[in-house]
Amino acid sequence: MILIELFLTFFKIGLFTFGGGYAMIPLIQEEMVAHGWLTIDQFVDIVAVSQMTPGAVAINNATFVGYKVAGFFGTAMSTFGLIAPSLIIITIVAKLLDKFSNHPLVEGAWQGIRPAVVGLIMVAVISIGKEVIIGIDGIIIGIIALVLLAKVKLHPIGVIVISGILGVLFTYI
Amino acid sequence: MKQIKLRELFSTFMRIGRFTFGGGYAMIPLIEKELVEQKGLLTEEEFIDIIAVVQGIPGVIAVNSSLFIGYKLRGILGALTSVLAISLPSILIILSIAQLLLNLQGNQWVEALFKGVRSAVVVLIFWAGYKMSKKAIVNYSSLIYTLGVVLGILVFKLHPIVLIGFAGIIGMITSITKTKEYNDDTD
Repeated sequence: MILIELFLTFFKIGLFTFGGGYAMIPLIQEEMVAHGWLTIDQFVDIVAVSQMTPGAVAINNATFVGYKVAGFFGTAMSTFGLIAPSLIIITIVAKLLDKFSNHPLVEGAWQGIRPAVVGLIMVAVISIGKEVIIGIDGIIIGIIALVLLAKVKLHPIGVIVISGILGVLFTYI
Repeated sequence: MKQIKLRELFSTFMRIGRFTFGGGYAMIPLIEKELVEQKGLLTEEEFIDIIAVVQGIPGVIAVNSSLFIGYKLRGILGALTSVLAISLPSILIILSIAQLLLNLQGNQWVEALFKGVRSAVVVLIFWAGYKMSKKAIVNYSSLIYTLGVVLGILVFKLHPIVLIGFAGIIGMITSITKTKEYNDDTD
């Protein structure tokens, strides 16, 4: 059933996301495309919308996908699925967490996971970039966005707004 | 220590959820201001410990922080109240624009706009990965994990979860052997 599938998919995403924020993008992308719930374009649009509205990317994505696939109840199931692993971990092992997170074995695991997540993100950049950066226009806008972000230190919302305007200008001029 | 009412916990986390653009990490200073400085519900040390723990377990940072702080202050009800409050603003906003977004698909102007936006999003993701790499890739062996994952996906078509699992296990094994070497040396 679709509601259960939504719950289980976002449960999986919540359970295997390490590092928060953009670290979960590769995983969400993989799952959404595999289920055929979102096209790459739609997925990237949601990331953009998430940047411009309050709240976490993952929750915004879960809300949108749930709604698109199964309406309001879809949203409830996908969002609850995303939260459920954290709820279980925190309430059951809350008392042990202080010791747990300082344990040498856990620290060791993180030393492997952190650079691995960087690898996942870079693969996501390549696979998403190939699909959504279209033509010379797209490449030029990407370069401008990088300069605005890295050199001008513009806020991501500003970078998104300017890129959108450039997209319209390049298409109609 | 005084106890916070569930209603107050709800409104506090709702405020934090409403005003944080860019997700989890952006919320941390706001939570600190509200709960440590203004309300005095947590000490600075407790807060730092909480932030360390929520980053060390899987999940969304915003969800983990609100759950853990709510749980610490008011038990399981507190955890549920806080997580609902922090997620509600984004859920309501996305629900109210979801239909609009779906309807606008195929509109030429919107397509042109998003064509530009999509290029920017790829750059934002790249930049997030680049910033993360400065903390995550600290030596040659951590670089091997990164390259291993890139090869694992592009060449061997492995699932991201499998690779994260591998990386964690190998990281653990490496840390055991390192500790052992250290102990052997000091013997």
